[in-house]
Amino acid sequence: MSGELNTVPKGVAGPSTWLDDRLGGANFLKRNLRKIFPDHWSFLLGEIALYSFVILLLTGTFLTLWFNPSMTEVVYNGPYAPLKGVMMSEAYASALEISFEVRGGLLMRQMHHWAALLFVAGMTVHMLRVFFTGAYRKPREINWLIGVLLLSLALVEGLTGYSLPDDLLSGAGLRITEGVAISLPLVGTYITFFLFGGEYPGTDIIPRFYSLHILLIPGILLALISAHMVLMWVQKHTQMPGKSRTNTNVVGAPFYPAFMAKAGAYFLFTLGVIAGLATVAQINPIWLFGPYTPADISAGSQPDWYMGFLEGSLRIMPPWEWNLFGTAHAGTLPLSVIIPALVPLGIVMTGLALYPFLEQWVTGDRREHHVADRPRNNPHRTSIGMSGITFYGLLWLLGANDEIAANFHISLNWTTYIGRVLIFVGPALAYLITYRVCLGLQRSDAAVISHGVESGVIKRLPHGEFIEVHTPPADDIEAHMRGKQPVLMHPVREDAAGIPPKGMRGPLGKLRARMSRAYGGEKIPLDEGHGHGEDEHAAIGSGGDDDRSLTH
Amino acid sequence: MIRITAWRRHPLARYAVLILALALVGMVYAAFVQAGKPADAAMAAGKVDDVAEGKSLFVAHCASCHGLNAEGTNTAPSIVGVGAAAVDFQMSTGRMPAANPGPQAPRKPLARWVDENAIRQVSAYVQSLGGGPQVPGAEQVDPKLGDAGRGGELFRANCIQCHNWAGSGGALTQGKYAPNLNASSPTQIYEAMVTGPQAMPVFNDTTITPQEKRDMIAYIVQVREQKDPGGFGLGRIGPVTEGIVAWVVGMVALVLAAIWITAKKRQKS
Amino acid sequence: MTDNEHEIEQPDERVPKRVIGTPAPGTPMLGQAEAAEAAGQDVPGVTLQDEAKARKAEKIVALCFTITFLAAIAFIISYVVFQVGTPDSTGVSNLALGGSLTVAVLGLAIGIVVWVRMIMPKYSLIQERHEMASDEPDREVVADTFVQGANESGFVKRKLLRRTLLLAAAPLGLVPLVLLRDLDNSNMPGAKFNKLLRHTVWGEKTKEGKPLRLVVEGTGQPIRAADFNSPGGILSVVPEGYEHDLNALAKATLILIKFRPEEIKGGVNQNWIHDGIVAYSKICTHVGCPAALYEQNTHHILCPCHQSTFDAADGAKVIFGPAARPLPQLPITVDDQGYLIAKGDFDVPVGPSYWERGDAEAEARMKGGQA
Repeated sequence: MSGELNTVPKGVAGPSTWLDDRLGGANFLKRNLRKIFPDHWSFLLGEIALYSFVILLLTGTFLTLWFNPSMTEVVYNGPYAPLKGVMMSEAYASALEISFEVRGGLLMRQMHHWAALLFVAGMTVHMLRVFFTGAYRKPREINWLIGVLLLSLALVEGLTGYSLPDDLLSGAGLRITEGVAISLPLVGTYITFFLFGGEYPGTDIIPRFYSLHILLIPGILLALISAHMVLMWVQKHTQMPGKSRTNTNVVGAPFYPAFMAKAGAYFLFTLGVIAGLATVAQINPIWLFGPYTPADISAGSQPDWYMGFLEGSLRIMPPWEWNLFGTAHAGTLPLSVIIPALVPLGIVMTGLALYPFLEQWVTGDRREHHVADRPRNNPHRTSIGMSGITFYGLLWLLGANDEIAANFHISLNWTTYIGRVLIFVGPALAYLITYRVCLGLQRSDAAVISHGVESGVIKRLPHGEFIEVHTPPADDIEAHMRGKQPVLMHPVREDAAGIPPKGMRGPLGKLRARMSRAYGGEKIPLDEGHGHGEDEHAAIGSGGDDDRSLTH
Repeated sequence: MIRITAWRRHPLARYAVLILALALVGMVYAAFVQAGKPADAAMAAGKVDDVAEGKSLFVAHCASCHGLNAEGTNTAPSIVGVGAAAVDFQMSTGRMPAANPGPQAPRKPLARWVDENAIRQVSAYVQSLGGGPQVPGAEQVDPKLGDAGRGGELFRANCIQCHNWAGSGGALTQGKYAPNLNASSPTQIYEAMVTGPQAMPVFNDTTITPQEKRDMIAYIVQVREQKDPGGFGLGRIGPVTEGIVAWVVGMVALVLAAIWITAKKRQKS
Repeated sequence: MTDNEHEIEQPDERVPKRVIGTPAPGTPMLGQAEAAEAAGQDVPGVTLQDEAKARKAEKIVALCFTITFLAAIAFIISYVVFQVGTPDSTGVSNLALGGSLTVAVLGLAIGIVVWVRMIMPKYSLIQERHEMASDEPDREVVADTFVQGANESGFVKRKLLRRTLLLAAAPLGLVPLVLLRDLDNSNMPGAKFNKLLRHTVWGEKTKEGKPLRLVVEGTGQPIRAADFNSPGGILSVVPEGYEHDLNALAKATLILIKFRPEEIKGGVNQNWIHDGIVAYSKICTHVGCPAALYEQNTHHILCPCHQSTFDAADGAKVIFGPAARPLPQLPITVDDQGYLIAKGDFDVPVGPSYWERGDAEAEARMKGGQA
């Protein structure tokens, strides 16, 4: 509390001068130390994933110090009594050693696993935020693609890591991976033999997954995350619409000191939540599962949550299998594996990757966007997103249908039958409902703009009628609402000769024109002013003390 | 847990009343039969009398479904030859007398008339009809005498596909399920293995020896009595509850933290 | 600047709170749009905190940081004091280490947030943003430079150079792929993978040249048919001598089921059973999980992974779920000592389908089997 600094203290000035003499960083820092970051809680969601990744690297490194990725069979002779004398792989034995013989080992293992779940969860919610606010639009398409790539890689990273302890539960996942790989047309057997070093399970898969899991994939993840961050830094954050926020500025707090401190605190929160979960909630108790053998399986064998949707889609598939070229010939297409393993994943990932470009194709919008959309203001996008969520969510739920059946006493078979219907009906319903909700919310915005908000003040008019005084919304709220922009549309009008504009001809062009008409435009326009006398509501003055108040 | 609360909420009341009424009739009947004999003689006669008592209990409480001579009816199978172990299992877990038709008879609190003696007597009666597996002795199921490591291997080979790696249970087809093993006594576990109640298959003593069964019991008991070292066990059903916790606890906590960090107060002026 | 008051972090649909009562004259009803500039503020967009409040906040922050200090010490002490080994002691250690770490980290986090929110100024700074696209002259310079460099290098003019460079690059690109060929350790030409998948160890013989016995998984005991005599019984069975060979088990594990003779239906190959004992592959034909949930009253075999259901009494034909083919049945009989043995290998490949598999069931039927 002694006072404030007038100059840079020596302890900082010395080293920084030394560094600047060699690196010349002052120019960069001059421009970036006070870089502005907009403040909105949803802009921190991506940081959950970022910090989880850091925690994964740290805890993962700790685990490698003891983990032995070998499938050599040993007899367990450690302190966990119910497994004494049992044959198991060295990988499993060393994972048990970390759990029971290394101080803090169990904590680090559990933190690593919880962080993995939150890593993918963080990516998911961040991606949804970006999607629903249209923050993937030009100029951020590249970063969006990097994000989709990161998400896909995270799934592979999760799958390889999940398999490493070589316990009975992860082995079931491995077996399913093998079953899916071998079902691929033409190359299935080759891929399987190359992956497993021969027949399943072999003795190579754990060491191979290990090097993928701790070196190759994290390396790529790290590179992509860095690129993601650099692009974010260069392109600056989007911001929510609001007062004095435009497409050509950023409003918020400077990186140094405020945002830096906030980001640091959020890292600590992420670490704290992960450590807290690892303290009180047991995760992946491999000692209960027992060592892997392809002969055994447990009820309720499930993957981690992010693989649940694949499990669900495998479960609801009817038994289709084609033999393309008849008996005794190659050409078996196990559709009941290929379709559920590839199609939902393909729809979700490809759909995500292509969405910015499809949207541009439909709207013809080539402008830069730095002000985020409120989800309601692009109802078709929001509806598409919600049906995607419903599709994914249903599959995810069905991935746990055995636990649902067992715990809620529903017939297992019925969960599947219902799932087979819902997977088609659900997304369609979600689309319709979301679209209506978006329009409803837009209408309510329009009402607030044109009629103001209820003030709670009741007035009695001279002829005895009671009315409630409406006041205009605060201008920050109004600015937030007025941040709405119509979704761009192609000029689809036919000219005088009845010829549609260029790019709108032919079947594809017509489809494009039609989609553009439906997707774009302003559904519920806002009033320009505050609705004084413009509508059916009589503007009855409130006696002059507040000439801005409005009445119904 | 969910199961118990579900039963409470279940429209069981009607059936409970029914059972109560049946039990009352049964007790009156039993008392009437009992009254006809000197008590001392029953004590002295031992087993033979158990059979007789058991028969009267059976006629009063079980025969309506299983037939007067346990030969079975349309509603329930014959229980000739199932052995005392089957009766002891079904009655001591409350599954029999059954309350309501359903895919599967659930474990439930014992009916009023069912106690140790009644179970022993009915068991003795059913045993007298056609033999079958006997109720195991205390030493036979003593978990302390089993080898948990060996038992674990057998447990994983034969049991966990339905009952889950920690005995937490799981779903079967058409509304059937493999129950959680936490409530089962070592004797009941043993009896279930030798008799194969309902959907459960039989593991007879000639292929899985009594010694091996005791090893499995040792494993089950050791694992279920073990405190979860990593915190709450989350029902020991694996990644499903873990995923729920990650989202409901982890993500919600982090979103709340994000909201707090970025929240701004409207200034009062 | 007063952007701080913008409630944009609230859910979008928030409609301002209803205030009961007449608003003070001249006061906007819904919060302050333009708050009075804080006294002594020099920089627009930076609102300094009230010093009295900041002093109070400092105490809170100090408390948080002290808690972190204590918790971190507690972590170190816990590490020394609580040993691990048994599940119970590990549980105590985990609780102590994790609890203190959590408190330490959260203490620091909360402290910093209070610091940012209550002591640092409120910011609503504006920074200009520029189009990402470079200026046109810059682009032209780059384009010119590119053309100039390309010409200087001679890459455009010298066709031979260009073509041989491409020629050189093509096989080089294949090098990493070629290197991966030995990922497969089975030392077989790829065309033979399929043959390997068609066979299990049940076709092998013991050292004495006898067929393999069926042994109980977990104990390794051979099974006397007369002992496996309780209808409704099942056993998980592995081949004699391969009890711990995971590669063999991945294809050869069986479930052995004892039926009453009258329960067996037409789908079962009667020549391959012994006294009501039927052996099916335990490996699901969908993606290879061990399908082993057997319901003795319905004779359903359920796979816990994706819930394919097979009717064991009827040749394990599929009655529900994604599996497309029945579980293959293994021909079994007994040896002269009454132990169950395999008569031979499965007549179709077990486990998940693959491209080269073909309709092996139809093929087997044509060969005269019944499958």
